[in-house]
Amino acid sequence: MNALKSLVGWIDDRFPLMALWNDHLAKYYAPKNFNFWYFFGSLALLVLVLQIGTGIFLAMHYKPSAEEAFASVEYIMRDVEWGWLIRYLHSTGASAFFVVVYLHMFRGLIYGSYKQPRELVWIIGMLIYLCLMAEAFFGYLLPWGQMSFWGAQVIISLFGAIPIVGEELAIWIRGDFVVSDATLNRFYAFHIVLVPLILLGLVAAHIMALHEVGSNNPDGVEIKQKKDENGIPLDGIPFHPYYTVKDIAGVAGFMIFFALILFYAPEMGGYFLEYANFEPADPLKTPEHIAPVWYFTPYYAILRAVTIDIGPLNSKVLGVMAMGAATVIFFALPWLDRSPVKSIRYRGPLFKGAVTIFVIVFFTLGFLGTQPVTPVFTVMSQVCSILYFAFFLLMPIYTKLDKTKPVPERVTFK
Amino acid sequence: MKKLILAILVTALPGFAVAVGGGVHLDPAPIDTGDRESQARGALTYVQYCLGCHSLKFMRYNRLAADLGLDDEQLKALMISTDKPGDTIVNAMPAKQAEQWFGTKIPDLSLVSRSRGTDWLYTYLRGFYADPSRPLGVNNLVFKDVGMPHVLWELQGLKQAVYTTNEHGQKVLERLEPSLPGQLSEAQYDQQVADLVNFLDYVGEPIKQERQQLGFWVLAFLVIFFGLSYALKKEYWRDIH
Repeated sequence: MNALKSLVGWIDDRFPLMALWNDHLAKYYAPKNFNFWYFFGSLALLVLVLQIGTGIFLAMHYKPSAEEAFASVEYIMRDVEWGWLIRYLHSTGASAFFVVVYLHMFRGLIYGSYKQPRELVWIIGMLIYLCLMAEAFFGYLLPWGQMSFWGAQVIISLFGAIPIVGEELAIWIRGDFVVSDATLNRFYAFHIVLVPLILLGLVAAHIMALHEVGSNNPDGVEIKQKKDENGIPLDGIPFHPYYTVKDIAGVAGFMIFFALILFYAPEMGGYFLEYANFEPADPLKTPEHIAPVWYFTPYYAILRAVTIDIGPLNSKVLGVMAMGAATVIFFALPWLDRSPVKSIRYRGPLFKGAVTIFVIVFFTLGFLGTQPVTPVFTVMSQVCSILYFAFFLLMPIYTKLDKTKPVPERVTFK
Repeated sequence: MKKLILAILVTALPGFAVAVGGGVHLDPAPIDTGDRESQARGALTYVQYCLGCHSLKFMRYNRLAADLGLDDEQLKALMISTDKPGDTIVNAMPAKQAEQWFGTKIPDLSLVSRSRGTDWLYTYLRGFYADPSRPLGVNNLVFKDVGMPHVLWELQGLKQAVYTTNEHGQKVLERLEPSLPGQLSEAQYDQQVADLVNFLDYVGEPIKQERQQLGFWVLAFLVIFFGLSYALKKEYWRDIH
């Protein structure tokens, strides 16, 4: 014990080890009333580590070449020791990442966690989300199946719709006139080096910004305003050990669901691993129905909902712009929300109703994005797209009009 | 037969032409992942009737023998294209010429059970019918104008389509009925196809059974782990009010 203490002392003279430990764990005071929704931040971190760990082992056996990529994935599934487990961990982990991140974002939305003083925590979080989408998009090309190939082909060709520079831009992205070996190689580099690096940096910044301002909570009460004589928030408890033991239980619960999918439904009915992706990429054979993986489908539905041309901009360009706006608009949330209270617990019926409609719209768009285009579905996705943007653009109005309830002085705890 | 009656195809109107698999009723394949004997029978059928054209290039003979519990003799009977048990299951079909003969690339079937699904395979292999307008004399209920001949016809016999006219005055396929008897009864043929599909399901993911068995132990561990970690959390949080 003494040896350990002196070792820590030796390090502490040269590196802020205990300071980091205390600032972020042992003396980071988090509100004591976190509920179910507060598991998903630590779970997102867990899945990130899982994806990096399994990704390293996949990279040892995967061949980033149009000739060999598909076969090398099957080699991992069949001939590499435990390769099937590593691959399913990675493919299930990709979807799990979006599940926990969407739930994490929803938590922020209902408890107003993006509001002052946590605007930067939210913005950095949104940058992480964009990075995650890029990471998923690049990674999806790597198995080199039919859906990998044609999904990338469709999305990259969207850039071709941009006036004047579009075609050149699409060729520049692909490194070829069609999605090819060159595209696969650069996507591999992005997927395993560039985006993970940015992602890790942003995650560190996200946590640093959060620990600077302190965590929000389901009541939206600032615990730092009520401190004891030692300057410790009255409603705060040290993250370690209280939330570390709680998060371990959360991890165990999450892993039960994760293992159920991994061992009994790794394809998840074609949503986590698309059936068409078990056919090798064939540039001469377009699949009859190209759909992105489930986590992109709400935006894909918005893209397809735009069917009108305005002046020189055709519907394709406008669709791309609408899709881009649908993701970027989240950044503005801290300034769109004019409510004096943070948590949905003390908001009025207007906000509660708007959030309910938004959730229904998001799921409906997600479903529509998986379906082939029909006239009825197109009208549905147009209505949903309008409601989607209305949720954000009308927010300054309905959050101001909304009748809020008084917020308690201290957090409530059951 | 009754199920096939349900499989009504819209053939006349090009705009409504049913795409591959889409909109067609599929019979659920009566297969069991754990039935290794059925898969071994399917392997034999595959080697006899399918391997001539369709390789299984991601599957090794010795893995097959180990997983399905085949002895050396049984394995030998399957290895018509090679004498090395570590080889993958391929054939001597010249790919370029074959493409000319059949008008399409001949797919490798290692993963067909995962891309098409077992129900599709089960319905497809039982869905051939005589169609003199096709170069090989047959067409298929779930794969219209397929380039593949009805390889199993001597087992199944040949079926012919019965057409009716729908309310728009279009000729539609109503059902199939036997026209030429085969070596097997309908029930026997269905069983043989089910075995073959079960084999292809195994080939699509050889680890499937082991994965499901391992899953039980992982889940058992996780449930205990959850119980313990929850108790630990309760203990730590006792003094938080």
